[in-house]
Amino acid sequence: MSPHLSIWLIPLLPFAGFLINGILGCRLPKWMVTTVALLAPLAAFGVVLSAAAGVFGVVPLQGLLPQGLRPWNLLPWTETCPFAWINAGALHVNFSFVLDQLSLVMLLVVTGVGFLIHVYSVGYMGNDEGYARYFSYLNLFLFFMSVLVLAANALVMFIGWEGVGLASYLLIGFYFEKKSAADAGKKAFIVNRIGDFGFLIAMFLLLANFGTLTFAEIATKLGQDPGWQGGVVTVIALCLMLGAAGKSAQLPLYIWLPDAMEGPTPVSALIHAATMVTAGVYMVARNHVLFNHAPFALGVVAVVGALTAIFAATIALVQNDIKRVLAYSTISQLGYMFLGCGVAAYSAAIFHLVTHAFFKALLFLAAGSVIHGLGGEQDLRRMGGLWRKLPFTFAVTTVGVLAIAGFFPFAGFFSKDAILYAAFLQGPQGRFLWFVGVVTALLTSFYMFRLWYMTFLGEPRSPQGHPHESPWSMRGPLAILALLSIGGGWIGIERFGGFLAPVVGAGAAEGGSAQLELVLSQVAVGVALLGWLTAHLLYREKSTLAASLATAFPGGYKLLAGKYFVDEFYGAVVVKPLLGLSKFFLEWVVEIGILGGAAWLLGGLTKLAGAALQRWQSGNLRSYAAWVAAGAAAVLLFLLVPWATVLASLTAIHLGVAGH
Amino acid sequence: MSFLPWEEVPLSWFLLLSAVLFSLGVVGFLIKRNLITVFMSIELMLNGVNLSFVTFAHQWHTVKGQIFVFFVMMVAAAEAAVGLAIIISVFRARATLAVDRIDLMKL
Amino acid sequence: MHLILFIVFAGFCLAGAVNLLLQTHPVNSALSLIVVMTSLAVLYLLLGAEFLAAAQVIVYAGAIMVLFTFVVMLLNAGREERTQGSRAARAVGFPAVVVILAVMATVILYAQKLGASSVRDGITPTEELSAMLFTRLLLPFEVTSVLILIAILGAVSLARPGNGEPHGGAEPKGSADSQGSTERTGGQ
Repeated sequence: MSPHLSIWLIPLLPFAGFLINGILGCRLPKWMVTTVALLAPLAAFGVVLSAAAGVFGVVPLQGLLPQGLRPWNLLPWTETCPFAWINAGALHVNFSFVLDQLSLVMLLVVTGVGFLIHVYSVGYMGNDEGYARYFSYLNLFLFFMSVLVLAANALVMFIGWEGVGLASYLLIGFYFEKKSAADAGKKAFIVNRIGDFGFLIAMFLLLANFGTLTFAEIATKLGQDPGWQGGVVTVIALCLMLGAAGKSAQLPLYIWLPDAMEGPTPVSALIHAATMVTAGVYMVARNHVLFNHAPFALGVVAVVGALTAIFAATIALVQNDIKRVLAYSTISQLGYMFLGCGVAAYSAAIFHLVTHAFFKALLFLAAGSVIHGLGGEQDLRRMGGLWRKLPFTFAVTTVGVLAIAGFFPFAGFFSKDAILYAAFLQGPQGRFLWFVGVVTALLTSFYMFRLWYMTFLGEPRSPQGHPHESPWSMRGPLAILALLSIGGGWIGIERFGGFLAPVVGAGAAEGGSAQLELVLSQVAVGVALLGWLTAHLLYREKSTLAASLATAFPGGYKLLAGKYFVDEFYGAVVVKPLLGLSKFFLEWVVEIGILGGAAWLLGGLTKLAGAALQRWQSGNLRSYAAWVAAGAAAVLLFLLVPWATVLASLTAIHLGVAGH
Repeated sequence: MSFLPWEEVPLSWFLLLSAVLFSLGVVGFLIKRNLITVFMSIELMLNGVNLSFVTFAHQWHTVKGQIFVFFVMMVAAAEAAVGLAIIISVFRARATLAVDRIDLMKL
Repeated sequence: MHLILFIVFAGFCLAGAVNLLLQTHPVNSALSLIVVMTSLAVLYLLLGAEFLAAAQVIVYAGAIMVLFTFVVMLLNAGREERTQGSRAARAVGFPAVVVILAVMATVILYAQKLGASSVRDGITPTEELSAMLFTRLLLPFEVTSVLILIAILGAVSLARPGNGEPHGGAEPKGSADSQGSTERTGGQ
């Protein structure tokens, strides 16, 4: 009897929740919808925990455990569906799930934070009429995300990849009656599609070169043959990076994420902060063997990550919508994660992914709390002085801001430091990237504290009277996330890296020392303090410094406030020509040419045939008679021709012409 | 027991005659302009076929051919009656018996 | 003897058939057809079918052709008018007839095992015919009489006065109906 962990339950439980709430939700009473919606992620989380407990020997596994085998060595644990999926010639793909340390960590984040956000949504979306639809979409998202994380081959991962894109589209456009929301959903899906194109090309190349899509087999093949360096592996890695850039909102495909804030705030927290956007990082970490064999691609990853980080941070400096600030902050932090992957410090990147999930979700949910408390106000300029009215929210936001700024001993400090340290060790390019990262940290600290000041401190600027604190269903998850933001980093990068080492390899940490690490971390903290100080000077009470700075550099301010006009640029260069071309094509070629032409042709042919046949139906008896006679003659000929040939040969024999 | 040549008629002659009568009937159907004459050509065709049947009845020494002819005659009689009644109706409607003038279904 | 009889009456047959085609007045065509029928009766006799010969004269020549002649005279059909023919009839019909005749002639001439009729062949007795007709083929026989009954009914109803008139009989009744229906709808 072989032990089994039933990891297939992890995606299926949310899927069941999606089906129940999606099909029956509008007919069920609200408490039932809530129960189903909350039970699914909780149950999935429970399965993950039990699987974790099983592999760590806390709980004995069902079935025999071979002697002397520590449970930890059972990972990676693969479960394959017994029915083959694709068996076409040389292509064999199965539905297989693999549980190893990396997917275990991701699953804990996805299901755990996911569950907390579900609980929060109960309070936040309580009065919305699309309640059941919302939760069904949310469960659908969890299903696809688990499929993505658990995938053992690229094709199953692609299912999850596309599926989370779909769930994201559905949830961004949740308030579909608002045009901006519907447009944002479409934008997200289309831009993701561009990235998916890269993923697809990468899959085709993998198939062509390795004959398989399973990650483990690819890793083995790469390890066996030292000839796999550069060349086609670089191309594959770059295509994968294109896919990751689309999904994780890196340059140049980040444009959908700020617009995605049109969705409800818990959606922004779950999908666009904690889980979906991290899929790209996860995918790169999964394919780390491939990337390690393509140093050029790794360099591209690191540079793209660093550039995105600083680019987004500069935009966030002057945004006035609280959710936009957080969106650009997410893009910036994702840049950090890619920077970590790019310097081959995969465990550091994953570590940052985990801590970022905690504090970014916390910040988004707290922002949601503020918005909910103010009755829908999202503009920073109309907030202020809320620390008295919303003390709990103020407290947890402070925790979140400190964490993202990288103060000791909050979670962000450990993870950000690990990335910067790994970057620093990579030679002169690494030092440059480290510098960019440090500047970004400064900017991050600045704009987060700016947000903190403008929202909670100073004089109240909100026109509405009556801000109120959130209900307990919203405060509970906030509290848990705050605790995680405080203590989430204490596991430390060495233990974390050691845990993940069997999957992602040990970090390339040559030439480092504990002292260097200490110095670098002090630089980081100092930079964070500098950011706080600057924010304090500019945004404390009765300070007009910010306004005067804006008027002193009007060009710069406009550039940043207009998000470098990237959207407008894309619109003019890509969207408008494409639209024009499509319109021309559809209107002239398809509509008039093909369809009109086909209709004209068919009509014309029919008319011609009709006209020709019409002359036959003359009503004239004699012509009818003639045709009947002709038909009879034809039948006679047809029947008697074989006989006639026999006859002819007989005649020929008789006449002595042939055959003697 | 040889037959004198003038006592014997090869059956193929009968059949040929039958074929010729049939063809003449078809030709009549094609070239005649009076409706009744066309009908008569049809009767000519039927007779040609009757001759063919009787010939073969004689060939195979069976009575079935003759019975077929019997039935053909009956049906031809019925058909002639009804057909002529139709011709009378058509004449009443069109006041003409020219085949080329009667080319509309609507009375 | 047989041969001479055949030649003579086959000649009458052909002459009558050709004459049918050549004559322009329907009555002449009808009379030619009568000649054809009676010659065929003789030919049937030569083939030993005595009952059929009699039936041919009685039914065909004596009843059907008389009916034809009656109708010709009733309708007072005159000589055929020269109307515009049909091109199809000429272009398609004649070759078709030629083909039919050619095929059949070929088959007949090349057929083997065709016998001959002579004076020494027996005549098929009428008892044999009736034995078959009234025992094995009783049902078709009775059906044929029903068929003739139906033909009578059809002919009578077709030839009634008022049938086939242009707008004849139908119009007064039709207008009465429409008046009646408008009255009804007007009344509601």
